[in-house]
Formats: sequence, structure tokens, C-alpha cells
Amino acid sequence: MPTPTQLNHPDISPEMVPEIDGIIGAHYRTDGAVIPVLRLCQDIVGYLPMELIDYISYGLNLPRSEVLGVATFYSLFSLIPKGRHTIKACLGTACYVKGIKEVMTRISNEFNVKEGETTSDRRFSLEAVRCLGACGLAPVVVVDQDTHGGVSASQVKSLLEKYD
Amino acid sequence: MKKTRLQLMLCGGSGCQATGSRKFQDALEKELKHTRLDQEIKVIETGCNGFCAVGPVMLVQPEGIFYQKLKPEDVPELVEEHFLKGRPVKRLQYVEPASKETIPNMHDIPFFAHQKFRVMRNKGIIDPEVIDEYIARDGYFGAAKALTQMSPEQIISEMKISGLRGRGGAGFPTGLKWEFAAKSPGNIKYVLCNADEGDPGAFMDRSILEADPHAVLEGMLIAARAINAGRGYIYCRTEYPLALHRLDVAIKQAREYGLLGKNILESGFDFDIEVYQGAGAFVCGEETALMRSIEGKRGMPRPRPPFPANKGLWEKPTVLNNVETLANIPQIILNGGEWYASIGTETSKGTKVFALTGAVNNIGLVEVPMGITLRQMIYDIGGGIPNKRKFKAVQLGGPSGGCIPAQCLDTPIDYEEIAKVGAIMGSGGVIVMDEKTCMVDMARFFLDFIQDESCGKCIPCREGTRRLLETIEQICQGNGKPEDIQTLETLSEVIKNSSLCGLGQTAPNPVLSTLRYFKDEYIAHIVEKKCPAKRCTALLDFKIDAEQCKKCGLCFKACPANAITWQKKEVAIIDNEKCIECMSCFEACRFNAIN
Repeated sequence: MPTPTQLNHPDISPEMVPEIDGIIGAHYRTDGAVIPVLRLCQDIVGYLPMELIDYISYGLNLPRSEVLGVATFYSLFSLIPKGRHTIKACLGTACYVKGIKEVMTRISNEFNVKEGETTSDRRFSLEAVRCLGACGLAPVVVVDQDTHGGVSASQVKSLLEKYD
Repeated sequence: MKKTRLQLMLCGGSGCQATGSRKFQDALEKELKHTRLDQEIKVIETGCNGFCAVGPVMLVQPEGIFYQKLKPEDVPELVEEHFLKGRPVKRLQYVEPASKETIPNMHDIPFFAHQKFRVMRNKGIIDPEVIDEYIARDGYFGAAKALTQMSPEQIISEMKISGLRGRGGAGFPTGLKWEFAAKSPGNIKYVLCNADEGDPGAFMDRSILEADPHAVLEGMLIAARAINAGRGYIYCRTEYPLALHRLDVAIKQAREYGLLGKNILESGFDFDIEVYQGAGAFVCGEETALMRSIEGKRGMPRPRPPFPANKGLWEKPTVLNNVETLANIPQIILNGGEWYASIGTETSKGTKVFALTGAVNNIGLVEVPMGITLRQMIYDIGGGIPNKRKFKAVQLGGPSGGCIPAQCLDTPIDYEEIAKVGAIMGSGGVIVMDEKTCMVDMARFFLDFIQDESCGKCIPCREGTRRLLETIEQICQGNGKPEDIQTLETLSEVIKNSSLCGLGQTAPNPVLSTLRYFKDEYIAHIVEKKCPAKRCTALLDFKIDAEQCKKCGLCFKACPANAITWQKKEVAIIDNEKCIECMSCFEACRFNAIN
């Protein structure tokens, strides 16, 4: 394997590289830095391509297996590209009792996307998440930063239309 | 601080923000400025008020008038009628569902009247982003007493007298935990706060952090003094952006005031706190896994002993307390352990915060004295079950807990009593279920959660929970066999006895507790191939019962697939060829006429 000293990936633009270098540099000597570094890098690129994982492990001087192990353990990190909009359907108990299952099925059928996947036009990523703590509003769907409460399956289409 | 005529305490908790409190606040501030009332009326964004179901909510002080379900359009009327002319707007006040009576004052609303506020005494009353408001409510007085007047031994002794037990779920006595860590040799020690609230249906810790972050910081400072720790970490889930923000603000302010950092209150004691964001793993709520995660590793539990009090974070003696536990501490130190122990039962002292959700009228956050019954909590505070449906069970303690049926509703809230009926106190999630909830489906839901969140270290948990789930899925699909019940019971025992951490040991609880009280539902699924609650689609016929049908056409309107034919004064008919089994008609029908 060549030493990953350069970041060549279609989803990582040249402007992102100094930012990523800055993050790695700032955490280089800190114990337990892998999780914050992965989080900050994911914030920049949108997800964690394998080339970036290699680059981070080289930068932090950690085995590739350890960094990849952490990246795959936590649900926050994604190794596949994300859509322009992320739909998070809450699968907490309250939402479940109030019918989030029907809402999820409707989203899947309407936009032809399965849980954990991204639509082919990269418009939506559909995620099932654990309790968002907004049980008073159940069932809850979060699109990007907007929380929508009391969602029913029949509202799905009109709700998602505005996210292009 | 400048004195104002009225203070508008607008809830800025996650629930109210999601229902539009920000837009309302903008409109309100604009209108107050426009009418030049902004000098005499102050709008204050508070933490979670607790009554999330009727958000956005606002409390008008000092009058104590409570407004609910506020919209920007309501602003002109509110300002004109109430704030100018002094006539509170009745239509925006709380209406008691049973008596249809309007209740203007917050403290008279049953949801609040039956609660006892200790941990949440500041919620909705102070601005969580202003440290002076916390201090004005005796904030940091407990820490000052602990740092300047008490020895670590005295602090621990006071904690032991209080009888406070860990509010994260296990209920281990807090004073004892501190004593172990204090006696453990070493110069470097840590105090950790567990804010990785992962139980589905639980949001107590989020609300405390959003409403009163300084109480948690003060609790940590006192704990640090007791065990002589120099550094603290708050491990908070990344899904709580507002709580994370408020913690950042609170820590900065505490540092500015010299309440964190070097030589706190001239006592010679140093302590500082850092926030660590989790990355989404349920198992990280387990103490050893949480510490691994802070160390930057996969959050997997390790065997105990050694216990964290001897070897915790980075192998140093560590105390880990839950958010609610820590928020109790300042008042215990300030008012004394005996004051704290004056309410509660023999073995469970003080109050407990619960997140009351599911099929209950008043959804929200409640704080009750230990010892009241589940019935009081669900009916007096929660306002009972909506839509005239029947109560079926209440789930306590999240995925590790259990379901409690109607015949046990008079069980008092007490660690031991709740364990006797097959559930656990847990961190405080209370999910009320009505007759429309299928208990087999419920067990399936929790198992799906657990098998997904199992870290994979122990085979009984990793593989066993999957086999449990498969068996239950088959039952829900109508492929259950009579011997399945025995298989579920045996497998559950094995998982319980042979897993390393709390997650695995309690993983089969949802199955065991539903089997204990609702075995007949399992049998109905397996033998009769019927789902009594009408939730498991594979076991439904999607046919309309002509005798029950009231010919109202609601199902016809709800069907997204045009599979229902209906005309006025005629029984609706479902075309099973077109039917996509989406359940819309089941939800729409008010007469239980679809089978």
C-alpha cells in the first residue's frame, strides 16, 4: 500500500485538504483523539471515504485497523456518501407506538430508497435513528435541521417536496 | 439586573423548539418593541418546561399564568389584551380534558400540581444561559459549603445519610461509590458525568441539561472535592445539540466566575470540566464502555473487577454519575442529607424524574416523590389514556426494563418494589400502552433495538438476541410453533446468565416480562394465528366487519391505494388485490370494524 500522504478523492476538494490537515495537527498529540477527528473530518467532507480513513490513521500515527474499527463501531460515522438532505426517522418507543413504521414504509416506496441508503440522485439519505428525545411530538421525522412532529404516512410526500 | 413588570418565561427546550417556539419568540419580541413594552416586559428563553405535549409553552411571571400551543399569530392579541390591559387570554390557556374547565395558573394544572420539584426546581424559572440567575436561586452555595466548610469525609457522610441512589438505572448508593473512589490510592482521579441518554422514550437528562446545566456542573464539583479529582468529563450524546450548547455556555461562565479552574473560591482546590461528544452507540451508557469511548476506542465493556473506583478512565480511579444524580447533589449538601431523606420510601429516597410518553394525555417530563404509585403518575399527572381507550401496560426502564400490567398499577415507585413486578426503575422512561399495542410486537421492537446495539463482544448477547428476534419475527409473521415459547424462555435465561455487561444481562427482559403477563397474546399469535391488538399485519385479514361498520367512510378517505369502495349509507369494502396493507384504514376507523 502506498503511503497515503496525498488525498485524492473526487469528493474531497483541494480546499478541504488544509482544513483536514489542521484538524489532524491540532489533535495529533491528544489521547483519545480519533472520535473527535473523525467527527470534524466528516463534517467537512460529508462522509468518510476509505482514502480519508487512511489519511487520518497516517496523520495520527495509528493503525488503520484501529481508526476503521472506531469509524464502523459508531453510528454517527458513514463510509458511504450522503444525500443532499438527510431524513432521520425516529424509531424510539413512543414514535414506534404512534406509527413511525408506516411513515418509513411510505418514504421508502415514494422515493425508492431503503433505510441506510441514499437515493440514486443523491437527493435524500434515509436513516432510522434511535430516540431523538422529542417523544411528546411522536412520530417524529427530522429532515436536515427541521424537526417534524405528528407526521402521518399521508403527509410524507408534501412534507418532503420542499427539500430539493 | 434591571427590574421588569412582567417576565415571559418562554420554553426553549427541544420539544418546544420543534413546535415553533423560535418563530413565536421573534414575533413576540418584535411586537413588544413595536408597542414600546420591551423596557418593562422581558422575554426569557428557559430550558425544558416538561409539558412538551402542549408546546410551545410560556409562563407569565410573577402572575403564574400558563399559556400553551402558542403561534406567532397569537402575539398581537396576547400583547394587547394581557400585557397592556391585564386581561389574560383564555383561549390560549390549559383546558382540563375531563371537565373542560380552563385553568389559568400553572400550579393548579394537575400535570404540575402533583409533582414535587427538586431536581427540576429551576426549570422554566431561570434562563439557563445566565449563571447569575442560577446563583440567585442558591446556585453554587452547596459547592461553596463543600469546598470551604466540609472535609471530603463529611461530604461523603452527608451523601450516605441522604440515601441517594444512582439515577442512571442500577440504583447503586452514590455515597458508597464516592467512598470507594476516595479511598482508592492515586494522585490523578476523574469525575465523569454520564449524559449518554440512550434509552428509547427517555429524555430526562436532556431536559435537565437544557434547563439547569449549572446544577450538573456543581454536582460534579462537589463529587470532585469528595474524591479529590482534578478533572471531569461530561459524556453527552451528539444527538443533543441544544444540551451541548448550553453546557458549553455554562462551563465558560463558571470558569469566568472562578467556579471552575484553579484555586476555586480561594480553597486551593483545582477542578475543570470538559465535554466529550458521543458518536452514537447505546452501549456507551455502560460505565466501562463509556470510559473506553473517551479513550478513543470502540465502546466495548470490559469485565469488572477492577471497578472504575479503582481503575477507570485511563486506569485511574474514577467516579461516574448520571446527570440526574449529579443534579440532586448541590441541594443535599446545602440542606443536609436528612432533609433529602425526609421524602421517599425505606430504601428509595428523594424524587425521581420520569419521561412520561406513549398513550397518555399529558406527555412530558415529571418529577415525583418516591413512593407514589404508578397509577397516580399515569392518571393524576398523566391525565389517563386518550381516545377513551383502555390501559394495557406500562413499560419502565427502556430496553432493559419490563412491562407492568394493569393489575400491578398500584405498585409504588421504589427500586425494590418495581423489581418485584418484573421491571426496573431504569433511568426513567415510562411508556404507557393502550389496547392497540401488541405486546409481541413490542418485545420484537425492543429486541430489534438490542440486537442492533449489542457491541458484539459476548456471543450470548450478539448471537442470542438475534435468535430471539428471529423467533419472535416468525411468531409475528404467523409462522410461530408451540415450542417457540419454551425456546424463548430457555434462550433468555442463557443470555441473562452469560453476558458480561448490563446490556446483555438485561437484553431478554422485554421478552421475559411480556411472557410473564401476556402469554395469552403469544398463544393467540402462535395457535390461533391472530393478533388481538391488530398490529401484526401478517395476521390480519384486511376485511371489514359489516356489523361493526358505521358506514362513515373514514377508511375510504384514508386509503392511499384506492382499495376501498364506499358510498353513503353503505358498508365499505376492501379490495384485497389492491390493498397494500399500509394500516391507514385501521388507524382511521373509530369503531374497530376492520379485522
